[in-house]
Amino acid sequence: MEHAVALSAAGGPSHVAGHGTGHLEEEYTTTGIRHDKMGMWVFLCSEVMFFTGLIGSYIVLRFATPLWPVPGTVLNIPLTAFNTFVLICSSVTMVQALAAVQRADYRKMKLFLCLTVLFGAFFLCIQGVEYWKLLHEGFNPHVSLFGSIFFTTTGFHGFHVLCGVICMAFVTGKALLGKYTQAYHQGIETVGLYWHFVDLVWIVLFTIIYLF
Amino acid sequence: MKEQPEAEPLHDAGAHKGPNYMTIFWWLAGFTVFEVAYSTILTPPKALLISGLVILAGIKAVLVALYFMHLRFERKTLGIIFASTLILGAILVSVGMAEHFLPRP
Repeated sequence: MEHAVALSAAGGPSHVAGHGTGHLEEEYTTTGIRHDKMGMWVFLCSEVMFFTGLIGSYIVLRFATPLWPVPGTVLNIPLTAFNTFVLICSSVTMVQALAAVQRADYRKMKLFLCLTVLFGAFFLCIQGVEYWKLLHEGFNPHVSLFGSIFFTTTGFHGFHVLCGVICMAFVTGKALLGKYTQAYHQGIETVGLYWHFVDLVWIVLFTIIYLF
Repeated sequence: MKEQPEAEPLHDAGAHKGPNYMTIFWWLAGFTVFEVAYSTILTPPKALLISGLVILAGIKAVLVALYFMHLRFERKTLGIIFASTLILGAILVSVGMAEHFLPRP
């Protein structure tokens, strides 16, 4: 144990010894925050800057262009509002899955994780339908500046959701195999952080792109 | 030999008594409905529309970060790291906006 503390304090490799054997050795870090969680937060900070670039570009172009189309005349706002609701639902099922595993309610954990994957996949399906309709109506990335930045921004967000769904499916698979316990559920928490962040970004994107 | 900093015990955000997630969910859903109604039905003047929507989106984002991402129950270190990134982002967008709003030489 002391060895593990020394390694962690020195910034060396920390580990959760005994995982899979039923024995869990507590991990210590200099910040008091688990390394995987800290890593995810730092990654999310880099994602904030990535989306700031996209959203910032949108805002600057929006105000610099005199003839900007009213989003409601081009985009399907009710459909996307419903999609926002779907993503919020997926966020709440995700956090409920984490709460369930923390109180050792494994049946609900599995149920909520499956629901999260389904909600995420449903979000992507609706976005696909939205894209298909827009392209069918002649609104594509090279028709206008709005089209270009719309597809770039929402497309990158959609890609992030796809990555999240894949990660979530992996975590759900592990959960169904009984790999997570009340003491060991870091995977759910870490992927959950990413998932909530994707939801948070969509909340901002929806407001700025669809409602402004 | 330089002494290693003392390691702090691991902080577990899950150790707190969890908030009522369904309440947060209904607040988020309610704000979304209000946002859509505000921009499509009420249609206030542009400045009021933009400021109102930014405030509503900000409240929703803060709710997600504080309660779903458990930032409220985490150590301040994480909040400081995340907030500093948001400040950097805000500066980036402000500089871009300034190019449009400030008079050109």
